[in-house]
Amino acid sequence: MIELDGAVVTAYAPGEGRRGAERVVTLLGPVTATLTERRVAVVGANGSGKSTLARLLNGLTLPSAGSVRVDGLDTARDGAAVRRRVGFLFTDPDAQVVMPTPVEDVALSLRRLGVPARERDARAREALARVGLASRADLPVRALSGGQRQLLALAAVLATEPAVLVCDEPTTLLDLRWRRVVDALLADLPQQVVQVTHDLDAAARADRVLVVDAGRVVHDGAPGPALDAYRALMAVEPA
Amino acid sequence: MTLLGAHRTARTPLDRAPVGAKLAGLALLGVAVVATRGVPASLGLLALAVAAAAVAALPARPTLRGMLPVLVTAVLAGAYQAWARGWGPAVEVVANLLTLVLAAAVVTATTPADRLLDGLARAARPLRRVGVPPDLVALAVALVLRTVPEIARTVHEVRDAARARGVERDPRVWLTPAVLRVVGRARDLGEALAARGIVD
Amino acid sequence: MSEHRPDAVPVADAAVAPSHAAPATAPAPVARTSVATDVALVATFAAFVAVCAVLPAIPTGGAVPITLQTFGVVLTGLVLGPRRGALALLLYVAVGLAGVPVFSGATGGLGVLASPSAGYLLAFPAAAAIAGGFGLLARRAPAWWRVPALFGAATAASLLVVHPLGIAVMGWRLGLSASEALAAGAVFLPGDLIKNALAAVVAAAALRAFPDLLRGR
Repeated sequence: MIELDGAVVTAYAPGEGRRGAERVVTLLGPVTATLTERRVAVVGANGSGKSTLARLLNGLTLPSAGSVRVDGLDTARDGAAVRRRVGFLFTDPDAQVVMPTPVEDVALSLRRLGVPARERDARAREALARVGLASRADLPVRALSGGQRQLLALAAVLATEPAVLVCDEPTTLLDLRWRRVVDALLADLPQQVVQVTHDLDAAARADRVLVVDAGRVVHDGAPGPALDAYRALMAVEPA
Repeated sequence: MTLLGAHRTARTPLDRAPVGAKLAGLALLGVAVVATRGVPASLGLLALAVAAAAVAALPARPTLRGMLPVLVTAVLAGAYQAWARGWGPAVEVVANLLTLVLAAAVVTATTPADRLLDGLARAARPLRRVGVPPDLVALAVALVLRTVPEIARTVHEVRDAARARGVERDPRVWLTPAVLRVVGRARDLGEALAARGIVD
Repeated sequence: MSEHRPDAVPVADAAVAPSHAAPATAPAPVARTSVATDVALVATFAAFVAVCAVLPAIPTGGAVPITLQTFGVVLTGLVLGPRRGALALLLYVAVGLAGVPVFSGATGGLGVLASPSAGYLLAFPAAAAIAGGFGLLARRAPAWWRVPALFGAATAASLLVVHPLGIAVMGWRLGLSASEALAAGAVFLPGDLIKNALAAVVAAAALRAFPDLLRGR
C-alpha cells in the first residue's frame, strides 16, 4: 500500500537572464492519495510532474512538505528499506544497465542482496530467462536491441523480488513489437505496478488512473472517465 | 574503445588464473619495461606479451581493432624517434608501448568484469580503515570502464554536430554540450544506482 | 554529502515546463543524501578525464604530448568541488595504473609511473582539489566575475601543483638541471592557460545548468 499525504515537491531553478537569482519552483503537489489497486496508471503532459510523482514512490525524490509511505515505511526516514520494497524501471535502459553483459548486470543486483557469488550466476540466468533473454545472457549489452535492453533492466529489477514495481514510461523508447512484449510481461507480474505512461491503451487496462497536469492530480478514478478527462485536457494547444 | 566490454567464450589457462596473479604479472611487466634498456630487451618483453596473447587465444582482428589508436600513436612516436634519435630508440619506444597495452588487453580480456570487481574489492580492503567501503571502490571502477566508451561516443556526436554547423574550430561549441550531457547522464546513472538499491 | 535531484529533466528544463511559479510560501526543496549520485559523478568524471586524455593529441614532439587531459582535470575540480573532484582523479589515476589504457596516448599500467611525465599525473588529484576549493569561492563572486574567478581557481591549481610537481619529476627523470627543466616545462604553460580559460567557460555553463551540483559544499 502506498500512501501520499499532502506531498509537495519543489526544486531550485536557475533565475532568468544572466544574473537572475535562483528561484524555488513547485514541481508537484500537494498530492494526497492511497494506492492499493494492483494496476495504477499515471498520465499527463510532458513536464506535468508525473515523473516526479513516480520518483516520490521509492524515495528517489523526497517531498518538501507532506509525506509518502510504502507499507507504513516513510520514504524520507527509511529510504533504503523503501527502495528494497519498490523496484523502479526507467524510460532509458542505458542509464540503468551498469555492467558489460546482461548476466553480470543482474548479478550486480543480487550482490547487493547478499546472494553468495556462487549462486549469483545461476540466479541471474534464471531472472534473464523469465524475460526471454536466456540466450543473450553473455552477449555485450551494446549488442542488444533497445527492446532487449529494456527487458534486461526489467530482469535486473525483478531479480530482487520487489513488492511494488514503479515504471516511468517504460515503453516510450520502444517500437510497437517491443512495447507489446514489455506490456505483456508487466501485465503478468504478481506485484503491484504503478506505471507512468503516454500509452493510453496501457492506461486503459489499469484499475485506476491518475491524471496529472501542471503539478496537480486533476483527475483520479476508473480508466474510462479519467482518460476522457485527459483527452479533453490534451485537446488544447500547448501554452 | 571497448576497454573491458569484450565478449568471451574461450577458457584458457589465463582465464583460470587468479585475478591477483594476473594484475601482479602486469605490474611486473610494467616495471620490467621501464627498468630495462636496449632493443633486445624491449623486443624480448614484446615477445612475452605476444606469447601471453597467444596463450589467451585473443582473437586477432578485434584485438587489433581495439588497439588501433595505440598503434597509430606508436607509429607516430616511432617515426619521430627514428628521425630524432635513430632506429634503436624508435624500436624501443614502439615495442614498449605495444607490450604494455597488449598485456593489459590480455588481462582484461581473460578476466570477467565481475571477478575483476571482486579482486579489486579485495585489494581495496585496507581502505575500509579510512572510511571507504571496498565494494564502492570496485563499483566505481566498473562504472569508469562502462562510461568511457559512452563519453567517447558523446564527444564524437557533439563534434559531428558542430562540424555540420561549421563551427567545430571553436572548442567551446562542442565541449559545453558534451560536458552538460556527461553531467546529466551521471545524475541519471546515480538515480538508477539508488533506485536499484546498489548504492544508497 | 547531499544531493538534490528534482526530476528526470535538468532543472533548466523544469523552469520552462508548465510548473507554476511558487508562491511565497513554497517549502524549500529537500535534499536527499545520495552516495549513489556522488559515486556516479566521481566515476563519470574519471571516465571523462580518460576520454580527454585519449582524444587525438596535439603533437609537440616533446616528452609530454598536449591533450585536453589537464582541461578535464581542472574542469572536474570546478564542477564537482574539491572532495569529489579529488576522488575522481584518484580513481582515474588508480584505474590507469592498474593497467587500463586511460592515460594520454592510450597508455596504462604501472610503467607510466617511471615515465618523465609521471609528476604531472600524480599532481592531478591535488590539482582537482585546489581548483575545486578555489572554485567554491569563485561561485560566490558576482555573476559577471564568475568566469574570470573560475579561471583563477583553475590557474591556481596549475601553478601550485601541476607544474611544480610535473617539472620536478621530469627534470629528475631526464637528468636535467633546474633551469633546463623549468624551460622545458614552461612550454606547456601557455597551452594550459588556454585550457584553463576553456574549463572556466564550460564549468560556468555546467553550474548554471545544474545549480544544485555544488549545493551544500
